[in-house]
Amino acid sequence: MEWMNAQLRRIPMWLVYVAGMLPAPVLVYLGATGGLGIEPIEALEHELGKLALQLVVAVLAISPLRRLTGLNLMRFRRAIGLLAFFYVCCHLLVWLVLDVQKPAQIWADIVKRPYVTVGMAGFLLMLPLAVTSNNWSLRKLGPRWRLLHRLTYLAAVLGAVHYVMQAKGFQLEPLIYLWIILGLLLLRLPGSRRKAVA
Amino acid sequence: LGLATLAPPARAETLEPNSWEEITSYNNFYEFGTDKSDPAKYAGAMTTEPWSVQIDGLVDRPGDYDFKDILSEMTIEERIYRFRCVEAWSMVVPWNGFEFADLLSLAGVQDGAKYVAFETLYRPDEMPGTRFPVLDWPYREGLRLDEAMHPLTLIATGIYGKPIPNQNGAPLRLVVPWKYGFKSIKSIVRITLTDTQPPTSWNMAIPREYGFYSNVNPNVDHPRWSQASERVIGGGLFSKRVPTLMFNGYENEVASLYDGMDLAKYY
Repeated sequence: MEWMNAQLRRIPMWLVYVAGMLPAPVLVYLGATGGLGIEPIEALEHELGKLALQLVVAVLAISPLRRLTGLNLMRFRRAIGLLAFFYVCCHLLVWLVLDVQKPAQIWADIVKRPYVTVGMAGFLLMLPLAVTSNNWSLRKLGPRWRLLHRLTYLAAVLGAVHYVMQAKGFQLEPLIYLWIILGLLLLRLPGSRRKAVA
Repeated sequence: LGLATLAPPARAETLEPNSWEEITSYNNFYEFGTDKSDPAKYAGAMTTEPWSVQIDGLVDRPGDYDFKDILSEMTIEERIYRFRCVEAWSMVVPWNGFEFADLLSLAGVQDGAKYVAFETLYRPDEMPGTRFPVLDWPYREGLRLDEAMHPLTLIATGIYGKPIPNQNGAPLRLVVPWKYGFKSIKSIVRITLTDTQPPTSWNMAIPREYGFYSNVNPNVDHPRWSQASERVIGGGLFSKRVPTLMFNGYENEVASLYDGMDLAKYY
């Protein structure tokens, strides 16, 4: 594990950002050229949303992974968190511009449709997190930074609930995301921490 | 019979059918999975020969009707219909088939019958999507008898002059063009004439979102999305939404079926 952690420290951060953002232009290209199937708008919207959720899961997994296995990915946590926000923004943009299209309809959907309301609330919670994901804010906010960034937990749950709520019928995949996220949050409870130490 | 009440030719001509590729690779058939591409991938495993339809309930001649025998009694014609999914997308499909009323007269509808109940094939070893209870299988649908007897109500056995592919509901499916697509039940194995309103799958699962009638209506939203407009399949990444038409554009033909009914209540 020490060797693994040493290798991971050698990965340049710019590469993480570039590689992390690469799927977005690839998906748009595929959507425009038939690679996402007959109906690319919904496919693109869903793929971007799922990528965001997968990155949220990754962010939440970093500290339990270090505690339980010794694998240290803490260096990448900011990048992965910002990439999750990037995909949430892309997902939102596709919904606004390609899917709903009518500005008047957008506000109506946010207010009237609970799954949109929940998704939008998750996005708004991520805003202050993204804005303060830099060294300057970390220094400036001090201990309050940690407190503020606990919003991640709520935003993650809202994201998964948003996915569960938009499914038609009783579907497994959205529930799996919700279970994983809730599981990763349970691992943070003080009780589970003590057990892991013992 | 019936042709006089169909959409005037001028309007029918303005309908540009979607391509075979679009119609047969973007489907909802949850018995094969919930992704739009799942039916095209997995429905090939469904055995459609031999196939028979059990017709029972309030009919004069109940029994198992072999699909080939049914076909030999019917005259197949082409009907180019709009198809509007409850998920707010739409296509135009050139169906081949016969009026459902003709099948009903084969079995002889008794006086007390008021509704028609339909059932889709439920064969778990050929239907990977049924391993998970997305819906309470088998898939069930229903119509009021006057809706079922309407000349627009079709049993489709083909598309573009070819036998209907499995993912589109082989070997025979219902097509009710003024209702949301899920009412047009696929791969039918049972038809029952009843005197009470039959239970229907989506209504059983989420009654608040899916009513028994489920007529296309731009003025009554689905609780989770607007039904005022739709995305026409085939327009690509920058496809513009178009307004949804009352009864999916078949208002002249079918509005009288619902005279005096509050369509916001009976959605």
